[in-house]
Amino acid sequence: MTTTAPAPTGTKRASATGAARPRRRPRVLHKGSIAILLAPFGILFALFYVLPIIFAIGQSLLVVRREGTFGKAELVFGGLSQYALVFQNEAFWASMLRMLAFGVVQVPIMLGLALLFALLLDSPLLKGKRFFRLAFFVPYAVPGVIAAIMWGSLFSPNLSPFTALTEKVDFLGADLVLWSIANVVTWVYVGYNMLIIYSSLLSIPSEIYEAARLDGAGQFRIAWSIKIPLVRPAIVMTAIFSIIGTLQLLAEPQVFRSFSSAVTSTFTPNMTVYATASIPNSNLAAAFSVVLAVTTFVLSFGFMKWMQKKGNA
Amino acid sequence: MSAVTTSHPRVGRSGAPRSGSPRSRAIREPLVSRTSAMLIMAVFTVYFLLPLWWLLVASSKSTGDILTTNPLWFADMRLFSNIGDLFAYRDGIFLRWLGNSLLYAGLGGAVATLLAAMAGYALAKYRFPGREIIFDVVLGGVLVPATALALPLFLIFSQVQLTNTFWAVFLPSLVSPFGVYLARIFAASSVPDELLEASRLDGAGEIRTFFTVSLRLMSPALVTMFLFQFVAIWNNFFLPLIMLRSEELFPVVFGLYGWNNQLNQIPELRGLVLIGALLSVIPLIVIFLLLQRFWRNGLGTGALK
Repeated sequence: MTTTAPAPTGTKRASATGAARPRRRPRVLHKGSIAILLAPFGILFALFYVLPIIFAIGQSLLVVRREGTFGKAELVFGGLSQYALVFQNEAFWASMLRMLAFGVVQVPIMLGLALLFALLLDSPLLKGKRFFRLAFFVPYAVPGVIAAIMWGSLFSPNLSPFTALTEKVDFLGADLVLWSIANVVTWVYVGYNMLIIYSSLLSIPSEIYEAARLDGAGQFRIAWSIKIPLVRPAIVMTAIFSIIGTLQLLAEPQVFRSFSSAVTSTFTPNMTVYATASIPNSNLAAAFSVVLAVTTFVLSFGFMKWMQKKGNA
Repeated sequence: MSAVTTSHPRVGRSGAPRSGSPRSRAIREPLVSRTSAMLIMAVFTVYFLLPLWWLLVASSKSTGDILTTNPLWFADMRLFSNIGDLFAYRDGIFLRWLGNSLLYAGLGGAVATLLAAMAGYALAKYRFPGREIIFDVVLGGVLVPATALALPLFLIFSQVQLTNTFWAVFLPSLVSPFGVYLARIFAASSVPDELLEASRLDGAGEIRTFFTVSLRLMSPALVTMFLFQFVAIWNNFFLPLIMLRSEELFPVVFGLYGWNNQLNQIPELRGLVLIGALLSVIPLIVIFLLLQRFWRNGLGTGALK
């Protein structure tokens, strides 16, 4: 991808037609330009996306071996032994299951609300749409860390404006803290997802609704039978990004540790990666990262394929 | 990824004309529906805005007043002296963090957008062997998010002794696979082939045509790409967490995270964390107001094509 000079295989054709400025498209024209356009992104993508993955896989296959108790530590090939440790690590799988529960509950609630708001914004039922659109979207501008500091304070009994509630319900206790974090994530991302779905609704020509309206269909019926099926691709996309986001959860629970002792250092998979890397045991941490990346890819890709299949059926 | 290519929500809006005035239709909607719709939206407006209101109010108070006065209304107005205290604390480390974030997110977002635009444009406008494979690999990059790569990146950067440097956070944020995806969709729909042919007949080179003609046609998408990349970098947490040790390199969000962790030992930091949180959010809200404006422009541009 780094070569800017045209490869020899294409020159025959390109030089034959190049001088005459062809109107019809020969096979590969402008090779040099294509390379110049692609190379900067391509090189950085290779360095900071592809290489880390390869490197992580490499590191995850190594183990530290010592000669005797006080001997020099040495990295040697250990096959899949780090992965054996990953699969035996109960804290890691507990965090994966926690994120699964989180995703199964939080993602549908968040996307359901986003869809509802988008449909209301697109319906003739509301006044002041611009205000609502902005007000609901503003939390997206709040970084996860800041949102968690805010909500952590609102949930903690001594700071909260809602002491009557926080004294009765322990939002930061072991039972509820996961859902308090889910609330932070929902608060930040509902408006963002709402806008994605709303933009998709805007691109539907309204003539499509005319017939339904003439037939006497109400707004609810139009939304259910016409609008929702048409914005399905947007909903699928928001769902994929939400699945990815859930598995990567880190900032919000990490901040919540300062408000709640119920959030352990291995509360989410990424926190486990960080905690393991801090030991430091980078080979095991690399194995965790690989398993997490593969799981994320499989789940998001699988969900996408499943939706495509359902869409075609 | 064909499930999501059919309509891209952010840049693919065609701004289709919406016939029929909403007002005339509104009259026909039952009062019950209209009232309940407004009620739902009003309740959630409180949900979305109340925490920010609380933050604003708390930022304007002295540390003592935060705990003792009505949390949802102002007491002694100390907003500006709080800001002064924040900027003065530890020789203005907060301003340094704010500057760092502007550099990481502003410059990083701009470069990332340009590189993604070039790549997306090449993938949309030229035919060459391997094009689909490259695009699929980039899409795979969208599905393997940056946070899963933070630790491997740390391991690589420590091989070349670049951890705990500006570059450790800056360089990885220049890569935006989702930006390439958006740029490809937008270039395909907004840069007509005829225009490129005309430009070629005028004797302009491909690269020059890209910078003088195509980039301008893609500008609504570029603004959107820039702003979302800006936010992603501004909010980035894992990379600073794992890469940076020296305080003077921290982005603002990460610096505030550090202060928030010290609250048990240094309780008087509470006030600074809150006012700092408020100030770190304001640039993003400002930039999103700009986004709104550009979005409407983007809509208009889309409608012309």
